[in-house]
Parts: sequence; structure tokens; C-alpha cells
Amino acid sequence: MVNIARTELDRIGGKSLPVAAVATAFPSGRASLAVKKIDTQDAIDAGANEIDMVIDRGAFLSGRIYDVFEEIRVIKEICGKKAHLKVILETGELVTYDNVRKASYLAMIAGADFIKTSTGKVAPAATAPVVLVMLEAVRDYFTLTGEKIGVKPAGGIRTTKDAIKQLVLVKETAGEQWLTPELFRIGASALLNDLLMQRMKLRTGHYASANYVTVD
Amino acid sequence: MSDFEYANAPESKAIANIAPNYGLFIGGKFVDPKKGKSFSTINPATEELLSKVGYGDKSDIDAAVRSARAAYTKIWSKMPAKERGKYLYRIARIMQERAREFAVVETLDNGKPIRESRDTDIPLAAAHFFYHAGWADKLEYAGFGSKPKPLGVVGQIIPWNFPLLMLAWKIAPALAAGNTVVLKPAETTPLTALLFAEVCQQAGLPDGVVNIVTGDGITGAALVNHPDINKVAFTGSTEVGKAIARSISATKKSATLELGGKAANLVFEDAAIDEAVEGIINGIFFNQGHVCCAGSRLIIQENVADEVLEKLKKRMSLIRVGDPMDKNTDLGAINSKEQLNKIEEISKTGDAEGANRWSPDVKLPTKGFWYPPTIFTGVTQSHRIAREEIFGPVLSVLTFRTPSEAIEKANNTMYGLSAGIWSDKGAKVLWAAKQLKAGVIWSNTFNKFDPASPFGGYKESGWGREGGRHGLAGYLASEAKVNK
Repeated sequence: MVNIARTELDRIGGKSLPVAAVATAFPSGRASLAVKKIDTQDAIDAGANEIDMVIDRGAFLSGRIYDVFEEIRVIKEICGKKAHLKVILETGELVTYDNVRKASYLAMIAGADFIKTSTGKVAPAATAPVVLVMLEAVRDYFTLTGEKIGVKPAGGIRTTKDAIKQLVLVKETAGEQWLTPELFRIGASALLNDLLMQRMKLRTGHYASANYVTVD
Repeated sequence: MSDFEYANAPESKAIANIAPNYGLFIGGKFVDPKKGKSFSTINPATEELLSKVGYGDKSDIDAAVRSARAAYTKIWSKMPAKERGKYLYRIARIMQERAREFAVVETLDNGKPIRESRDTDIPLAAAHFFYHAGWADKLEYAGFGSKPKPLGVVGQIIPWNFPLLMLAWKIAPALAAGNTVVLKPAETTPLTALLFAEVCQQAGLPDGVVNIVTGDGITGAALVNHPDINKVAFTGSTEVGKAIARSISATKKSATLELGGKAANLVFEDAAIDEAVEGIINGIFFNQGHVCCAGSRLIIQENVADEVLEKLKKRMSLIRVGDPMDKNTDLGAINSKEQLNKIEEISKTGDAEGANRWSPDVKLPTKGFWYPPTIFTGVTQSHRIAREEIFGPVLSVLTFRTPSEAIEKANNTMYGLSAGIWSDKGAKVLWAAKQLKAGVIWSNTFNKFDPASPFGGYKESGWGREGGRHGLAGYLASEAKVNK
């Protein structure tokens, strides 16, 4: 798929657009490190500029924190300078805010460029409190190291209003310097449709039926 | 320069029908004061005149007490308890229906952010009526003997910081227990009490059960000293509380007094720091710090003090100060010029005595009464800002090294109303709560109120409790003690 995306983007004049690929036994994260390494290498070889890896929640929740750390570190090594690394924590399975905070730090120390809430396969996903905890984590990590790590809430943000709430969280927690695509992104195709609908409403003064925007 | 500015979001004033003049609410009707005097109430955020309200003197108080006595003897004490409960339910529902109107009037008259009057003051006031409505016909099961009796006529004096909420704290339990009431609202915030008088009319409450006499300290003194009241319930300063205690000392009148505070907010090294910072902010900047239980003394374990203070300052920089009617405002106007002067005076002693002042860069409106969110670090126990109640958005920060030192500092005050504990360790929280001499202790939260939870203080913070079963006790007598 990475290959197809790259070829099609290049064909329609989107050469500058990066391609992101999920890797490391997405979405469960339950495969051997050897398989995860091959998975990642494969995506990069096919032209992926961004790798979305998932952490092994089984390892994390059973206390094998170092295994999780080591996996992220190894994947980061493979990404090198070629690909940007997003680490998906799957916060819906970590359940507690303490775990979210701990996993955020683990990912940042192990080399994540971005920490991301969810795969989109598990609910709850990017709830406001979870995103707040992750934003606090990147803010504190920046205070400690001077290094800015990005945050990506994904899943559950379906309306423009939800998105604005997320932007307010960023502004008030990590600060306005995080309000850039390099450091904050929202993953949600449903959101795009609502945004289009809101823009249509701004232009025409009234709401159309949801069927006036496409659902793919 | 910011790409992400918030737009103004002002609440509309249209819903508030404030009359240009108000009389006194006596015997179910608005009547002119006998001497015909009135005084102005203004919007502290703009200094604009809101209304002129009647000034009640001794003769008006006398008329109100007579009306309350007549209502008590002829109607309220004879009414079946479940019928009393129905009136309280009705009042609670009308308050909910008119919640937005109450919130707007409260914010205009008091200066507090609309977000707080809308989300805290008014819903809690209605909740107090609902809660006590439920008690009205269950008093014999409340643990005060098989036949608890009301006291009779109660004189109630309330402060300006939570005008309607304090009215609810006073009137709801008094009526539920079967007493009738003469209430004097604060001089600077009479309007929601007068709106409440309209609610009493709307609910068909029998005439004279609730009487509201607006005025100042002299009006209040006339109420306290009236020979035919059975009890005084007061919320306000310790100074006035002491004066009330003196003046009723040789009478049979009972009293509950809800007075000042200088709450310690203890942050231990194992606290969730970000959560604690939110709690500190809420503790001291909620309602401009015009809160008797405000967490005005922050006592931090020294090894996390730098981190806490750095985060606190960042958080304080995000506080939006300004138009109280704006739904985004966090910190509104100081209630009066007089209170602003008091905050300024005590804060200046902080500078003079060697503490370090810090405020974020905020632009205060030019009209009205304003004070920026302020913290003092390097405060010692002997500083005036560590001992006296400032009743404004000013926080004094102290540190400690051992848990026992924290408790010693926290308790070293003439007050004992509330305290906060921040720690992730349950055993430590319970241990600290046991040592602290304060009537209300919050653990990992602050400024939480519920009608079912008794509120009140140790030492110079007052007598008695309000709310819950304990609060009812202050409005009931055992059979032997019933007056007349």
C-alpha cells in the first residue's frame, strides 16, 4: 500500500506530501521484535516517510516496561533520519492516566518524534483528559530536555467543536508553539467531513444534509 | 502576537429585569422603608448604578420580626411538615427555572464571573432547597429526639461573596426545620435576595415566613438586638461575629457564626503536581479569592517547591481577568472599593515585611475595582499576609521539610475553617487530615460543596455547622428548650 500511495501521489503532483505507514504488527503490537523490524524496514523501503508504531500493551501492562522501551528504541534506529516515528500508546487499553503519563515518558525517552493516542480500533480513544495528560508530558519533557515532541490525538474527534476543544487544550497546556502540524495533529476522517460541512454553512448560511459531503 | 486569540463571549443582560427601586420585603409584600431612605447598589465591574434599594432601620426590622413572629405562630408552626416541604421544593424548582436570570443578576451585582454564578452559585443554591425540602417531614428521624421543634424566628445576616448561595444556606434549613426568617443581605449585593423575594411570592409561600430587609451594619445590629428573635445566623467577618457574640451573650438567643479563614493548602512531595496546581488555582482564585474557606496559605514541601511554583506561575499567566459577563472570564471584579482597599493594604505589608510579590502580566480594566492574581513567596509565619484573611486573589506561599512541620505551620493560625491536602499516598492524607484543626478538609481537590456535607470551622472561624444533618441541628431545639 505504501508503494501505491507514493506512486499515486507522485502522479497527481503530490511529490512533497509525505506518506505515513503503520508498522510493528498494527494494531495489536503482538509479534516478535524480528517481525516488527522487518515490517518497519519494509515500509521504509517502500517509501514511507512516517512510521506509526504501536506499543506492546501486553508487555506494558504486565510490567515489562523495558521490553517496550527497547522495541521503540530499535524501531527508531531503523527509522533513522529516513522516517519520522510516531508511537501509538493505545490509551484506551492503558486505562489509567498514570499509565498514559508513564507510557508517554517511555516513548519520548526511547526516541519518539510524536506520541499518538490510539490506533482507531479501540474505544475510548482521544478523550480530552488523555490528551491533556499527554500534553502535560511533552511540556514537562521539553522543560527537562529542551526537546519538543509532537502529540497526535486520533479517534473520537468527530466534530469541529471537538477539534477546537483540542486546540484549546494545546494552547493552554503545551503552549502556542505546539500549534503547528510539526507538533500537533488530529487524526480523524470523520472530522474532515464535519469541517467541510461547517465551511459550507459559513458560505451558504445554512446546513446541508450530511450526504452533501462524502463519507470516504 | 498570537494566532489563536479567543473572541469575546459575553452573556446577555437582557434577561435581567432589575427594577430601578426596591422596597423591603415584609409580610409577603414589597413595602417602602418607614423613613423612606434608600441606597444604591452598583456593578463593581463598571461602577454603573444597578438599582436603589430600601434602607431598613430599627423600625423596619421591628415590622419584619413582628411579621415573622405572626407567620410562625399562626401558620408555619402549625402546618404539617410535608406541606412545608412542598413549599421548599416549589422554591427550588422556580430557582432552577429562573437560573439564568439569577446568574446574570448575581454577576452584575457581585462582579463574579458568569461562569461561576451560572455553574456554581445558582445550581448549589437550588440544591440546598431541594436537599432541605427532603428533610422537612423527616426531622424526627434525624437523630435529634423523637419530636424536634423549631426555634421560632431566626435573624439571618449574609455576606456579599456568594449572595444567593449564602441566602440558601440560611433560609433552606431554617424553613425546613419550621422556623420563620428575617434576612438581611449584604449592603453591596442585595439584588438576588430581592429576586428571591419574588420567588417566594411566585411559590405562594405564606406571607411573613420569609422577610428580607436590605441595609447596612446598623440594620444588621438592629436585627441581632431585636428582643423577639430566637436565633442569629451570621456569615461574615470574625470581627462582626465577635460583636454579635458579645451582644447576644446575656440573652437566650442561640447563634451559628460562619466567620473568617486562612486555609492551609498542603502540597506533599508525592502529590500529582499538575493536579495540585489546578487545585491551588481553584483554591485561591475562585470567586476572586472572596471565599472564607479559600486556600490562601500554600504550604509546599521544599523539595518540590520550585517545580510547583514554576508550574503555578505558568498556569496563573493563563487566567483571564476582566469582564465578568464574558463566559471565558476566570477572574472577575473585586466586589467593592472598600474591599479593594483592604486587599491593597494587607498586600502592601507583604512587600514591606520582605515577601516577594509576583503577578502575571495582566491588563486590568480602567473602570471598576480590580486586583491581579498575585502570589507572595518567601513568606514566613509571622508575616501579616500569612496570618490575616485578605479575602482577595492573593496567595501566600510557605514551605516545609517534614510532615510534622507542615501540620505545625498549618495549625498555627487563629482560624480553622478549611484545609487542603495534596498527596498520592492515602495513608499520608488520612494522617494529615486527622492532625489538621479545620472544619472542612479536602483531599486532592478544593472548594467542593454539597448541601449534604456540613460546613463550619474551629477556633475563630465560627460556631456550629451549616449543611447536612449537623446544619439542621442549629435550627432545632429539644423539647425542654423550646421558646414559648
